[in-house]
Amino acid sequence: MIPGSFEYHSPTSLEEAVALLGQHGDEAKILSGGQSLIPAMRFRLAQPGILIDINGLPNLEYIREKGKHLLIGGLTRESAIEGSPLVQERYPLLADTARVIADPLVRNMATVGGNLVHADPANDHPAAMLAYGAEIMVHGTNGARAIAIDEFFIGLFETALAADEILTEIRIPTPSTGSGGAYLKIERKVGDYAISAVAVQLQMDGDTVSSARIGLTNVSPTPMRAVEAEQSIIGSVGSADALEAAGKAAAAACDPSADLRGSVEYKRDLTRVVTKRAIAKAIDRAKGGQT
Amino acid sequence: MSHHSITLNVNGEEVTGEVESRMLLVHFIRENLDLTGTHIGCDTTSCGACTVLLNGRAIKSCTLFAVQANDKSIETIESVANGGLHPLQEGFWEKHGLQCGFCTPGMIMSAKQLLADNPNPTEEEIRWGISGNLCRCTGYTKIVEAIEYAADKISNPTSEEVSS
Repeated sequence: MIPGSFEYHSPTSLEEAVALLGQHGDEAKILSGGQSLIPAMRFRLAQPGILIDINGLPNLEYIREKGKHLLIGGLTRESAIEGSPLVQERYPLLADTARVIADPLVRNMATVGGNLVHADPANDHPAAMLAYGAEIMVHGTNGARAIAIDEFFIGLFETALAADEILTEIRIPTPSTGSGGAYLKIERKVGDYAISAVAVQLQMDGDTVSSARIGLTNVSPTPMRAVEAEQSIIGSVGSADALEAAGKAAAAACDPSADLRGSVEYKRDLTRVVTKRAIAKAIDRAKGGQT
Repeated sequence: MSHHSITLNVNGEEVTGEVESRMLLVHFIRENLDLTGTHIGCDTTSCGACTVLLNGRAIKSCTLFAVQANDKSIETIESVANGGLHPLQEGFWEKHGLQCGFCTPGMIMSAKQLLADNPNPTEEEIRWGISGNLCRCTGYTKIVEAIEYAADKISNPTSEEVSS
């Protein structure tokens, strides 16, 4: 399977890349890790006339804390996230997520930025970033701006990015003491998309959950938050009843499609179960658990 | 700009080529360079038979355009034996790590990066490290043993007997 013909550009500065996007608009696609785009091009599901390869842009691969945020450069590879001691120590939800994306070979190329802007509800980072309440920094011909993650995903494969904008950085608020997070994914085999997966980031005040954000993977046409599930767990101590209520709320709110991974009923019930487990794990971690 | 001149280092030698932008790296390696040890298994970024090292990192060469490898360094299975079998190749031989052998080049390239990063992996780390490579014959147990053999051999190059 050979992709259709395209013009290839490899700019060496962000300004040059943005100018090319401004010039070519919707006809152009950004080539980042390419681990979703190139397979789509091979199946001819995507046939862009112009590819702008941003792998040569400087200073877009980094993971560092600054002020009260973790900053991740748009071109940062999944394998770098997976191997980062900082992420493993302080951002367990992100560490959980990076290690279950595709497989190790794909993670050596695939980028966090690409995973987000592709806006595939089957991708794993959207739910994690929704749970973190991350901010997406983008750069376009009119300069830079920040987009709140809650406003970022607007449809299937569709984001709030303008045609001339490139994702440059993801900003994750640094969790405070007493916080915990977890990403749980049920997949048929390594490398597959989730049947259902749940991202949880929460804050404990003593034994009580004082705030929580929950994102769901591959059970809706657009990456989504399970707001009702969040409301069910906030103010509780994470009792079996509270977990069940949150699981049921997530199952009711999601909108899965039947496919080779399962029926709608199965995916809803799986979402109920995975939500419960992910919340329980996040609470355990908030209390100092190492699992 | 749909045709490009590229220059890259493949297995220690500088090579050049004229490629269409849509040419995949695996096709460049197999057809232009005639290095057919790198296999095409699935055509869908699933199986890892086409694994090569790009600047030392194991990647699927069916999911990268050849033009992206311009100015980069590539290692293929043909570079692994160097005056004799590499410990990984020896491990696959000794431990029967292959049956049909189709996945073996990709397995070895993934294992090469794994052992470079982590010279003494646990069984679980080995299974994790090769989880992007599919084998339809062995059930993986013998492949894991082959990589364990190589890790031991690399760590203790002088020992005659290698524990398994």
